[in-house]
Amino acid sequence: MIKIDAVGDVCPIPVVKTKNAIKELKGSGTVETLVDNEIAVQNLTKMANQKGYKVKSKKISDELYSVIMTVGEEQTEKEEQAPAAAESGGSIAVISSGFMGSGDDTLGAMLMKSFIFALTQQESLPEAVLFYNGGAKLTCEGSASLEDISYLAEHGVEILTCGTCLKHYGLSEKLKIGGVTNMYEIVERMSRAARIIKP
Amino acid sequence: MSDIVFCKGGGCTAKLGAGVLSKVLEKLPRGEYDANLMVGYDSRDDAAVYKITEDIAVVQTLDFFPPMVEDPYTFGKIAAANALSDIYAMGADVITALNIVCFPEKMDMNILGRIMQGGAEKVIEAGGILAGGHSINDSDVKYGLSVNGIVSPKRILANNTAKQGDVLILTKKLGVGIVCTASRAGEASQDAMDEAVASMTALNKYASEICRKYNVNACTDVTGFGLMGHLHEMLSGRLSAHIISGSVPVIRRALDYADEFLLTAAAQRNRNFTEQYIEFNNIPFAVEEILFDPQTSGGLLISIGADEGEGLAEELRSAGMPASIIGEITAKDKNEIYVS
Repeated sequence: MIKIDAVGDVCPIPVVKTKNAIKELKGSGTVETLVDNEIAVQNLTKMANQKGYKVKSKKISDELYSVIMTVGEEQTEKEEQAPAAAESGGSIAVISSGFMGSGDDTLGAMLMKSFIFALTQQESLPEAVLFYNGGAKLTCEGSASLEDISYLAEHGVEILTCGTCLKHYGLSEKLKIGGVTNMYEIVERMSRAARIIKP
Repeated sequence: MSDIVFCKGGGCTAKLGAGVLSKVLEKLPRGEYDANLMVGYDSRDDAAVYKITEDIAVVQTLDFFPPMVEDPYTFGKIAAANALSDIYAMGADVITALNIVCFPEKMDMNILGRIMQGGAEKVIEAGGILAGGHSINDSDVKYGLSVNGIVSPKRILANNTAKQGDVLILTKKLGVGIVCTASRAGEASQDAMDEAVASMTALNKYASEICRKYNVNACTDVTGFGLMGHLHEMLSGRLSAHIISGSVPVIRRALDYADEFLLTAAAQRNRNFTEQYIEFNNIPFAVEEILFDPQTSGGLLISIGADEGEGLAEELRSAGMPASIIGEITAKDKNEIYVS
């Protein structure tokens, strides 16, 4: 176990010292950091949680706290899983509007409904369908495509709707199918996908 | 010069936490009600506005803090830009300023000269007169300004008068707190530090002047409590807001430093105070940290009707500011701030 005395150090120095000590561990072991305030404990705990280290802290006195981090097997497991997930690129459908194409919106709405229906008829279904902006309305109460989208969900297609968009249209409580997503996940899913299908 | 004593981690990271502060402020005795005090400490603003006539109100504010950069001249400019900012957040013009100085008698007086030179230059740029000041022999360096401004009472911008349906505009990048902290730990790149310094020394004067052409509903400057803290004040328990984190202007390298956990104590205090009001929708850790990052001389946070928002943001950008629309004001919801 490495002991770090960071009493009297202001943030971020306790974190910097602890990070350096963890590097010295070369993979596994324990680091105990002594600090003199609770905020430093919180910042150290935040780092440990983000890095997947086991962390315990205790208050020794009003001006002395101990934070113990254990770096070990759990963390290596987490690192190994990451690349596997990155390779799973199936196809993804992206619905960015309630209408298919631009011109006449009445026609566009009909085309979109039939696009989603046609999607259910494909031999190989997409891995996920992402709904955003006007597309977000399609997964909500009142949408003409709910039945088709339910079919997709029942057949293992992940249905994800942009939370920002739901909020914007006041539809957060009206979402009927699937989960809520955000820009980070949308970009990640799109860049991981082997193919993107967009009406 | 003695570097170690000069810069210990200052700027707005040195601010008292909002939680601690509000406990004290709540207990202060209130004097007699005066209808001419248009904005005062009970409205959560950090400046006071007092109406003199139907056409003129005075705006009074002060701000000072310990150095957050090693160069005294740059520190002077930053401290002054930060103190002047409160006037601009109110939509007012700077008239006079007085120096506030704490300085160790034993330290090289040339350092103090450089600090005050930086400050004076910013007051001149603001169009104000530096008319004097007050100095104290202290163990640590602190510098700032007491500033007076004037504004028409009809044109005052308060920080708590946002309207449902408004969009929110931020005029400067977030992340200067993290970059300065990384710099102190010896881990910031020169580019990042240059960007942070340029941002901190920039006056909010230009943004404030452009705002006058539009029907801005509310305005505040983002400083020590971070974007989330100042937004929380703006919503004042009446409204909610939805922030699209990807559209918030940030110093890019600050995200890397946050991922390296070069975090300030002040950001964690901001998180402790504000987190209860926020629902984060699966936001990366570094982005969350940036939203709590205490800003020294940060930008204006402007609330304006959706119809005019893009026009204002565009004009601010054409004037060289990294302004963008970062979200919208909604009716009061279960949570106060939603970040996606």
